[in-house]
Order: sequence, then structure tokens, then C-alpha cells
Amino acid sequence: MAESDNIVAETAEKIFADLADAQTINRDKDGSWKTPLWTALNEAGLPLSWVPEDCNGSGASLADGFSVLSSAGRFAVAVPLAETMLAGWLLAQARIASPEGAMTVAPAGPRDRITLNADGSLTGRARGVPFAKEAAHLAVLAHDGKGWSIALVDAKSCRTDASLNLGGDNSDTVTFNNTKPLTAKPAPKGFDQNTLLLMGCVARSLQIAGALESMLDISVRYSNERVAFEKKISKFQAVQHNLAKLAGEAAAALAAATSAADSIVNATSFDDAVFLEAAAAKIRCAEAAEKGAAIAHQVHGAIGFTIEHILHRYTLRALAWRDDFGNESHWAVELGKMVAARGADELWPLVASR
Amino acid sequence: MTAALRFDPIRLPPECVKLREEVRAFLAEEIAAGTFDPHQPKREDIDAREFSRRVGAKGWLGMTWPKKYGGHERTFLERYVVTEEMRVANAPTRRFFVADRQSGPVLIKYAPEHIKMEILPRICRGEICFAIGMSEPNSGSDLFAAKTKATKTDGGWLINGTKIWTSSAHIADYMIAIFRTSPSTKENRRHGLTQFLVKMKQPGIQVNPIGQITGQFEFNEVVFTDHFIPDDHVLGEIDGAWKQATSELAYERSGPERFLETYYVLTELVRAVGKNPDTRSAEGIGRLVAQLHTMRRMSVSVAGMLQAGKEPVVEAAIVKDIGTIWEQALPHRVRDLAAFVDADVSNHETLDKQLDFATKTAPKLTIQGGTTEVLRGIIARGLGLR
Ligand SMILES: Cc1cc2nc3c(=O)[nH]c(=O)nc-3n(C[C@H](O)[C@H](O)[C@H](O)COP(=O)(O)OP(=O)(O)OC[C@H]3O[C@@H](n4cnc5c(N)ncnc54)[C@H](O)[C@@H]3O)c2cc1C
Repeated sequence: MAESDNIVAETAEKIFADLADAQTINRDKDGSWKTPLWTALNEAGLPLSWVPEDCNGSGASLADGFSVLSSAGRFAVAVPLAETMLAGWLLAQARIASPEGAMTVAPAGPRDRITLNADGSLTGRARGVPFAKEAAHLAVLAHDGKGWSIALVDAKSCRTDASLNLGGDNSDTVTFNNTKPLTAKPAPKGFDQNTLLLMGCVARSLQIAGALESMLDISVRYSNERVAFEKKISKFQAVQHNLAKLAGEAAAALAAATSAADSIVNATSFDDAVFLEAAAAKIRCAEAAEKGAAIAHQVHGAIGFTIEHILHRYTLRALAWRDDFGNESHWAVELGKMVAARGADELWPLVASR
Repeated sequence: MTAALRFDPIRLPPECVKLREEVRAFLAEEIAAGTFDPHQPKREDIDAREFSRRVGAKGWLGMTWPKKYGGHERTFLERYVVTEEMRVANAPTRRFFVADRQSGPVLIKYAPEHIKMEILPRICRGEICFAIGMSEPNSGSDLFAAKTKATKTDGGWLINGTKIWTSSAHIADYMIAIFRTSPSTKENRRHGLTQFLVKMKQPGIQVNPIGQITGQFEFNEVVFTDHFIPDDHVLGEIDGAWKQATSELAYERSGPERFLETYYVLTELVRAVGKNPDTRSAEGIGRLVAQLHTMRRMSVSVAGMLQAGKEPVVEAAIVKDIGTIWEQALPHRVRDLAAFVDADVSNHETLDKQLDFATKTAPKLTIQGGTTEVLRGIIARGLGLR
């Protein structure tokens, strides 16, 4: 589908093709694929794409970073690349330099809040923090009763209770119990938890859209190989129409996610328009994940239900990503409230402004 | 990747902002003057003849066509803005919509120069209405089963047979139709049909209105009996209509009219739930708005690709597939969400009436202009499945 149009994305795509082949990873029982992949990504500076050079990063544009995430979604990459990128981005908002190694962000959902105490320590619990177990550091957004601060925390200084998401990747509970951060600085004016979550939503939307592109690709290919009743199953109209619906869902996810990413790239602030774009992307991509994954499995029959087949790497991750940074129900309620508060006659002008 | 779907995040260019304001101001004036009621989507009683001319005078018909034909050489994206604003306002566009979207572009491509010079400027002025004569009693999805016959005669053709479901034929000045000029061949069952420009309101053409389940009379049976069409009204290649029928469909399929047909019930629902909706209403509205926004971004993307000279046939079919299914389900979703709305809210009656009409309209949306099944066949072909 969308071929990469920049050198950063091409680099990422090449690394994934070489070192994140789904078949190889799926067969690898002891996780030996992980280190070479992460090393290559680091050597290319990709995890710190969104960190300016003077904060230790590679200073790529937001747009370039977003295309890396699309690509990561197409390969259903299971290392904390998106998380480290988001963490670096968050730290850079307060001009905190990024350390080396894997990072993640907390909080990762709308219901959790971290408090910055008067003595400079952090208190609170963040659930569903992606890859916390594998992260050396956390970028934390915390409130001190007056305003927001951004903190860099050594992962060893807080408690992490490990848990796995649908895709089998870590999604952990992190508890801050008077945890002393390595650094903490005020967040820029206007930056709040929604800003962080919406950025996370756009990242996950791009990943879901990428995974759907791959589901479509794999399913189309399989339907042109598998024979039943002496015909390729791709020749049955019911199968064709299911795949056409899958294409529609992949297309909707792709359009919503790339539009939201583009709106953040060009935004001067996280206003109602960016809110619409990012929330809508998360909602629509999550809906597409449900419908698309179901069709991809249906087309594959029993083989796609096996752990040996690669399909689940895409379907289960796409379904798992729905939950991160606020699920679609949460954002639908928030979007619905915003639309209602603006009033009926302001709905069309808002939609048409995009 | 097998599939090459593209939906780049195309934005409407700055000139569209001013244009949109102009269109909104114009529509507000028309509403104030009583030309139409934006809350009333059922509008068969309105004779919008004068409205059409005023839209033409604004320069909003034939917007993308060459100036020498009365067009304005503006972009598809500007046309997009005009189309969506008219649709959302429930403006009475039926008289000019088909000509502007479809018939004009076909004439530009296939009509002889003197016909273009005669007819296109009149479309641009909003003076004439077009119909499309494809379907027949025994030929719907399967266009190539059409039987209505064109027989060669001196200086032209004699037409005999029946077209059906022809929208606006009762008010149309012209129809672009396909007729059978030769039998199909063993090798190519699509062979033998030719596209013609038909002047309506002439001897040998009888238009019989057909009532619809909405109570409206929008489409018709059109019976041809030895109706004469001159040679210069042949559009394109004789027996070769099949080569011409597909290219313009991208324009027809992916516009804002493919998901905004029942939009008004969403606006009215938002009004009915008020400023502080309960969680259920808020979530329902949020999802619908997310879906709407996504479709519009897809549709604008296709318009941008058309502007760039591409032919996004599969992308356009996807927009129509998803869009029509959405606008078809919308009245039912809005009905669900309105179930607990306070019966005394001021717009309850308006919402009920609109829901009634939208629910009756809904079934046609996935049939007209190519059924869902036909669209999915096109998408499947694009995916390399057939
Ligand atoms: C409101 C309205 C306005 C219209 N206006 C016009 C107009 O202005 N001009 C015009 O020419 N026509 C017009 N039409 C006709 C429209 O184009 C046809 O109705 C449409 O193409 C379907 O044809 P049909 O009704 O004969 O259904 P059929 O083709 O008989 O189809 C019946 C059902 O069978 C399905 N089907 C058919 N073939 C296949 C297949 N190969 N695979 C799977 N399923 C299949 C269809 O999808 C449909 O569900 C209009 C229709 C409506 C409802």
C-alpha cells in the first residue's frame, strides 16, 4: 500500500524486512530475534526519532516518525519502538534529554493520574503501560495540583507488575510510591494528559492501520492459493465480498490515521480540530481492527487459528492496540460530549474544517 | 503488497475557505427567501428551476470545465466544497446535479464540438436538466443485457424499447442513454451498445412516472417508439459503449453525496440530546462523527487524486461502499440513540419526521448507481481476485 516516501521510513522498512520477518519471529521460541532488531533500530536512531539532536536524539520530523509507525504496524513489530518514540517526544516537550535504551510512557490511559508531590517525588498507579517491563526508563506526565510536569524516571525505582496484552506483548501496571524521578520539569503551557493520550492514539491508529494493510495482503494472497471445491477460494463471490469489506476497513483505518498524523504535523496547538482527528482515528481504527481481524481469520479458516501461522501476529496486536491510550468507547464519549457542547449547528462546520 | 490502495491526507486548498463562505451565504439567503427548508429533506414539490439558474449565475455549475464551454476551470476540490455545502443544507439540487456531475463530463469527452458548444454553456447556466438511461426492465446490474434498440436510418437512428428507473426523466431536457446497435458477440458480451444523447420532450418518447416508497415520484419508465436521433448525437464509438462506461464512474461514486444523504438526522439528534448528553448518547454520537469524519477524509482524498489526473477506481468504489452503507444505517442508529430523548424537547417532531423520511429513503442508497454487490465486485477485481 502506501510506499514509504522518505528516507527514515525506508530505513525502518528495510530493518523490519531484514530482522522482523513475521515467519522467523513466529518460529523463534526463545526470542533471539529481539536483540538484533533492537540494535539495528538503535543504530539507525529510530527509537529517538522525535528527539532533537541537542536532546540526544536524531531529530527527525514528526511526519517521518509517523511513517516509521505505519511501517512498524505493517510488520506488527513487537519491540518498544513506538513507546520509546513517544517517551522521547514527551521528554523533549520539557527539553529533557533522552537516555539510551528502551523507554515507555505513563500514564497510558485516561483513568490513571500520577501526582508530583511537593517533595519532588511521584505517586500513583498507571495501568496498561505498554512494554514497561522491557523499558529502562519511563517518561511520566504528572500533576502537582497546579500544573503538569514531565519527568524522567529510572524503571528500577518504581514497581512494575507484569501482564500481557492480547498480542502477548507486555502491558504492565507501574506503581509510583514516592518515587524520585531523575529529572522533572514543567510541561509547556497547554500541554496536558489529553495531549499525551491523543499523540498515543495517533501512534496506535497508524500501527492498527498498518496491521490491517498486512492482514489484507496476507488474506488476498492466501485466497489466491487455497483451493476448495476444486477452485481457488478467491473465486467464490462470498470470499471476494468479504475481502472487499476488509479492504474498506483497511482503507478507512489508513485514511483516518494518516489524516490525524498529518493534522498533528501541521497543528500549532491541540485544538478541537486536532482532537476530532486524533479521537476519530482511534475510534475508527479500533472499529476497523474488530471487523478486519474477523474477516482475515474467516478467510484463512482453521490454519489462521493456529499459533504456527503468522496471522495472529497482526490480528491480535491490532485488537490489543485498541486498548492503549484510551479505548474507542472512551474517545467516543469524549468526542460526543464535545460535539454536543458545541451544538448541533456547529457539527458540520467542524467536520468541514478538516 | 498486493493491493495499492492510497488515501493520502489531502486538504482542501485555501481558496476553498472563501468559496465555502460564499456558498453558505448564498444558501442562507435562499433559505431566508423561502426557496427551500433545510429541515425538510423531502422536497418533490419544489420547482427549483430558478434556484438552478441562480446557482449557475454564481459560477457553481461546470466548475471544472473549460471556459470555452461556459465552465470555470476551477478544481475538483472547489467543486467538492460546493457539492457538500448544498447537500448538507438540503438544497434542491436535483435539477442540475446529474448534468453537472456526470452528463457534462461525458459530453466533453465524447460529443462533437458543435453539440458541446450548444449544450454545455446551458448546463453551466443551470438551464437544463439531464437524466441517465442505463437500466431497463431486464437489465439492471447487468448493464450489458440492455435491449432497447437503435436501428440505423437515414441521417440517424430509430429508437425502440423501454428504459426504467430513470431519475428526473419527467423534468429532464436531455438523457444520456445506452442503446443496442449490434448484438453482443460470442467473444465479447459487452459489445454492441452505443451511447447516445437523447433530446427529451420529443415525438416517440413517453415518460411514465413511478411512485416510490417515500411517496415521491422521482423516477420513471421511459418508452421509446420510433424515436429519431440524428447521427451527430452519437457519443463516442458505435458498439463500444463498454469502453466508455467505466472511466466517469469514479466521479459518480466517491463524492460527498455518497455519505451525506441522510446526514440531517445526525444534526437533529445532536440538537435533541442537548449540551449535556448522557454517556450512551455521547458515545453513539462520538462514533458516528468519527465514522463521518473518516469517510469525508477518504472522499476528499479521492477528489484530490482526481484533481491530480489519477483514476482511483477502486478507492472510489470503497468510498461508495462504505459511505452508502453508513448513510443507510444512520437513521436506524439515530433512532436507537434517540430512544431516551426527552419527549418534550422542542425539535422532537422535526426529528421524528426526518427519521420517518430517512428510514424510507435508506433502502435505495445501496442500490442506485450500482449496488453494494456490484461495488464489491469492482473492489475484488482491484484486489486481484477476479
Ligand atoms: C432511487 C433510484 C434511482 C435510480 N435512478 C436511475 C437512473 O437515473 N438511471 C438508471 O439507468 N438507473 C437508475 N436506477 C436503477 C439502478 O441503477 C438499478 O436499480 C441498479 O443498477 C440495480 O439493478 P436492478 O434494480 O435491476 O437490480 P438487479 O440487477 O436485478 O439486482 C437485484 C439484486 O441482485 C444482486 N445482483 C445482481 N447481479 C449480481 C451479481 N452478479 N452478483 C451478486 N449479486 C448480484 C444485486 O446486487 C441486487 O441486490 C435507480 C434506482 C433507484 C433505486
